Amino acid sequence: MTTTETANPATTTVLPGAGRETAGPSTVQRYTPLARAGMVTGLAVLAVLWLAPLVWAVLTSLKYEADTTTVPLEVVPERGFTLEAYTSVLANGNLVTWFVNSTVVTLVVTVLTVALCAAAAYGFSRTRFRGRRALFALTVAGIMVPPQILIVPLYRQMVSWGLADTYLGIILPQLVVPAMVFILKKFFDGIPHELEEAARIDGAGQLRIFLQIVLPLSRSILAAVSIFVFIHAWNNFLWPFIITSDPALMTLPVGLVQVQSSFGVRYAQIMASAILAGLPLVVAFMLFQRQIVRGVATTGLGGT
Amino acid sequence: MSTSSTVRDPGATAPGSTGPQRADRRTGRSLVGGRGGIWFVLPFMVVYAAFVLWPLLYGLGLSFFDTSLVSDESQFVGLDNYARLLGDSEVWRTLWVTVLFTAGSTIPLVAIALVMALLVQTGVRGQWFWRFVYFAPFLLPVATVVLIWQWLFSGDFGLFNGVLTGLGLPEVGWLTEPEMGLWSVIILTVWWTIGFNFLLYLAALQGIPDQLYEAAEIDGAGGWRRLFSITLPLLTRTTALVVVLQVLASLKLFDQAYILYRGSGGPGGSATPILQYVYDTGFVDYRLGYASAISYVFFVLIILIALVQARLSRRSES
Repeated sequence: MTTTETANPATTTVLPGAGRETAGPSTVQRYTPLARAGMVTGLAVLAVLWLAPLVWAVLTSLKYEADTTTVPLEVVPERGFTLEAYTSVLANGNLVTWFVNSTVVTLVVTVLTVALCAAAAYGFSRTRFRGRRALFALTVAGIMVPPQILIVPLYRQMVSWGLADTYLGIILPQLVVPAMVFILKKFFDGIPHELEEAARIDGAGQLRIFLQIVLPLSRSILAAVSIFVFIHAWNNFLWPFIITSDPALMTLPVGLVQVQSSFGVRYAQIMASAILAGLPLVVAFMLFQRQIVRGVATTGLGGT
Repeated sequence: MSTSSTVRDPGATAPGSTGPQRADRRTGRSLVGGRGGIWFVLPFMVVYAAFVLWPLLYGLGLSFFDTSLVSDESQFVGLDNYARLLGDSEVWRTLWVTVLFTAGSTIPLVAIALVMALLVQTGVRGQWFWRFVYFAPFLLPVATVVLIWQWLFSGDFGLFNGVLTGLGLPEVGWLTEPEMGLWSVIILTVWWTIGFNFLLYLAALQGIPDQLYEAAEIDGAGGWRRLFSITLPLLTRTTALVVVLQVLASLKLFDQAYILYRGSGGPGGSATPILQYVYDTGFVDYRLGYASAISYVFFVLIILIALVQARLSRRSES
């Protein structure tokens, strides 16, 4: 029992709980009305603290520029609200370009990362070849390497390969996530071999078994890994910031930092840009809360 | 600790049984002896070698040279960069800032996340809403988070100072006072990333079987008693894991501090983490060799901490 637990935190501590998600939280526990009131109060206080910054940002973005800097602060300005900040940000800035760049980069990174990692994990889990153990050990060791310490040599390398300020330059270094190989291999290890055996007798090759049997059985974990990679790629700042200087190539997080200086003190427009950049994932979360919660929890725990 | 086997979820696609697999291994009959396995691994390994292993070695090499980004000449200087680093007060100062940030952020990020998860897990109405509110900030890009908080922290028209003034309290120079510089980064970070720890705790809480609580209730245990005798002890392992993940994440502070202070390092340099010193040395001063040397010392430090923590958590388990 203890051995599987230490070796396998993701499946033992998380998958059971994550799977029970549909059943909701434990309802067997009973509390006194007073205790219940205390809990709701606690939740509400925390919720107010966590919502206030977002609410204030949204309010600011809906004000006329002149109404953003009043003393004392006005929650609802006399003149009412406007979408002016949004329309001018969308019309004048590079926001749309950055949005497209972010979408392209994030999708390509997610698809390629999951493909590379899943194939490698299958190779490590299901095939035998010389050096397999050594290569897997090398991959697992990579989990310990923080990407941040590679920026200086990686930048120099990309410049000498002529990849600075290119999409490839932004994308390629983001494709390596050794932790995901580890998580996927652990999952593949748990899939019974009988199905593959049957397919093999029918003459299916290695690749067909991988694509037609193992991958479909792994939909849940592939979704989890994809979600995790997607969130990280969409929000990645440091590497795209270092490798791009051309505003036409910037992703949203990098471009937004330029907004900071170019908009000066136009707070409504700054807030509108910030909100537009944050919106896609928040909306996605509203639609797919259960999947995202499970994906983040599964990969988050398995990734160490 | 039979929780995991009893609660193993029938709905998840994870095939739990390892029985048949083990049997095959015992008979020595490999089901999967297919050749060509290397081709599955190779694409990943090539990219891994090109963008992790090679830069890792290249960086190590650079750290022995006096290399500049602006000129092509570089001179082998042996361990000079490392020797200089030991005497560089800025290295020690930024390292200290990083350690302070790690301590100051890890404690609230673990404690508040635990409280949030415990409260949500009690089953009060509005599950979807609470989860959304606590987790949503984690999904925002760092630039969005910082732009919002710069506005909240702003001296004259910011929400925080507006509220303080309204309460008759003196204004605070959130982004201008050296004593506040790092705290502002910590507050922002707690707000931004707590959702991740919250989810990990929530998942762990859902793994605790209801039977334990039912039994406790029959024995007449109240809410507090159940919390301290069942819930918290069963969360020890999760807490160890969350702390490790959080410490390692906090040590890598760069993005939010850099953007919040527009690269200035905060009032009086009070919020300059060591990674920003690496960045400044490499990309502002163009001293690549020296920047690589600092990166490497930091890397070794992270590995040491990870190893120590892995050891500690293993000991506390057994």
